[in-house]
Amino acid sequence: MSLRVEDLRVYYQTLEGEVKALDGVSFAIADGEIMGLAGESGCGKSTLAQSIVRLVPPMKLVGGVVELDGEKLPIDDFEAMNRHRMVGVSIVPQYAMSALNPTRKIGKLIKELLGARGISYRAKLPELENRLQLVGLPREVLDMYPIELSGGMKQRVVMVISTLLDPSLLIADEITSALDVSTQRAVAEMLVDFRDREIVKSMMVVTHDVSILYQIADSILIMYAGQPVESGPAEVITHAPRHPYTQLLVGSLPQVGVRYDEQPLSGIAGNPPGLIDPPSGCRFRPRCPFASERCESRPPLVEIGDGHSVACWKVMEEEDARV
Amino acid sequence: MRRYFGRKLSIYGLTFFVAVTVNWMIPRFMPGDPIESMVARLTMRPETVEPMREYFERFFGYDVPLWKQYLNFWGALLQGDLGTSVWLFPRPVTSVIMGSLPYTLGLLLPAILLSWWAGNKFGAIAARNRWLDNTFLPVGYLLTATPYMWLALVLAFLLAWQFDLFPLAGAYSVTLRPNWSWTFVWDLLRHWFLPFATLFIVAFGGWAIGMRNMIIYELEADYSRYLESLGAPRRLIRRYSFRNALLPQITGLALQLGAVVAGALVTEIVFSYPGLGWVTLKAVENLDFYLLQGVFLFIVAGVLVANFLIDVVYVLVDPRTRLGMQGRAA
Repeated sequence: MSLRVEDLRVYYQTLEGEVKALDGVSFAIADGEIMGLAGESGCGKSTLAQSIVRLVPPMKLVGGVVELDGEKLPIDDFEAMNRHRMVGVSIVPQYAMSALNPTRKIGKLIKELLGARGISYRAKLPELENRLQLVGLPREVLDMYPIELSGGMKQRVVMVISTLLDPSLLIADEITSALDVSTQRAVAEMLVDFRDREIVKSMMVVTHDVSILYQIADSILIMYAGQPVESGPAEVITHAPRHPYTQLLVGSLPQVGVRYDEQPLSGIAGNPPGLIDPPSGCRFRPRCPFASERCESRPPLVEIGDGHSVACWKVMEEEDARV
Repeated sequence: MRRYFGRKLSIYGLTFFVAVTVNWMIPRFMPGDPIESMVARLTMRPETVEPMREYFERFFGYDVPLWKQYLNFWGALLQGDLGTSVWLFPRPVTSVIMGSLPYTLGLLLPAILLSWWAGNKFGAIAARNRWLDNTFLPVGYLLTATPYMWLALVLAFLLAWQFDLFPLAGAYSVTLRPNWSWTFVWDLLRHWFLPFATLFIVAFGGWAIGMRNMIIYELEADYSRYLESLGAPRRLIRRYSFRNALLPQITGLALQLGAVVAGALVTEIVFSYPGLGWVTLKAVENLDFYLLQGVFLFIVAGVLVANFLIDVVYVLVDPRTRLGMQGRAA
């Protein structure tokens, strides 16, 4: 088991009160697995990605355990985490286009980054050049400044830097969001390639775009308002989702062969709830078409099939009725 | 690269031309007649007044039309001749300026460079120390908002008048003759300190505040966050942000030069320090057109040269200007 997250709670401290961005998140990623993490804006997916790598104020760890390869990560101890960053867990951030120091040549930046860990740049250079080739960049980029590269090139450079020390877990935070569709595909394939070549052991791909996950992910975790609502194999989540939220989320994707002028594309009415004082019980209750009285208490995440878990009273009742 | 500097140089050339022209115009439109006052000062007997006036008018070139005076002025200027001082007649303006220039440079260069260096260092430290930040920030704003002459007066009153730690005025004691003895150098330094401190303190506050704000901005920048996510040591991240925060401070230095020079003028006047500022005051008091022109010319030239140097430095330290110039982009 590469990554195991147990009942993780991370709150943002604000003047109005604590924003419960992650409120009891549990999941696991196996070795060699690519897990997709999806949900609307504000569901806590980026907070989850950030808090595993760089948990800084106003984020506050309230509870929970994160384990990587059987070792507990000190995610709320900034200095102690340095030992695990880039080696154990690494991130390709959402802001990859502006993630490089504009006044350093890329080669020099990498050299100083490695030097700080006591790793020789020269010894690592052949591997670095391999990796650049892998993502389709010429070795000349090492002698260039970030402004000399296009946005897509910068992002690939960031991917190479983040994975240079073969981390156990790579977190890709919304990395396809700012790209056009053809580049999205190329980046998605690169991610799979990195896993297949065992450059990274496992991967967590954070996105709001479920269709990308269907192409590359082995499993998918759907989050809503700071809590996981459904998780399972990618195939099951995209084709036979059970949670009403997942069904609506997947149902709002356009499908090939359907003419939407005849049958309007459905969305999900309403907005995610504010997380300072979230609704009690099931947090999807105010927007859920099937909500009833029992939804006033929080449904547990229950496994209903092979690796397929859902947190919904209605689904549990249907399962009970079937048995 | 050549095109960039060519363009810069032509802009500086144009600025110089306009500034010198304005310098030439300003004294001439001031009320009062310098020849009149000079004649009045020198003449003993009434019958010598007319020949004296004619002689001086010819000597200073006032007997030709204004446009010709202007052309003559440029002609002389290009030969390095700034005319003769009215106030210290018959000393040439260049010799008066050369006599006072070392004092102004001796004040300005250390004040500008040291305050810039120390302000940046201190601001960078304050940016990551909450206690220092909270105490220094208000003081810094107070310092940079202080007018030079006010601080000069306060320092003169406290340190020179009340506590008698430093001499009140002049560049050296009237009892000494300039020579290279330790006594004289020590005396020179004691006279230099208060005007220097005035310039240094006001400028220091501004640099420190600017650097503090820039560092905080750079430490929050995406590249700093990414380096943190990669587990880079704080030292490396701070080094990067310090360097990047320094770039706008270099531009700031170019912009501030004019203000610091003006500050030096009033400071010198407060301390009767015989630099260009003090000479300017005397020139105005004595309606000394040529001297005033000459001093302004030096200030304009000095600010332009310093700005040009900063342009060169900027090209050296910021790859973005360098690459932008070559039009190289992938």
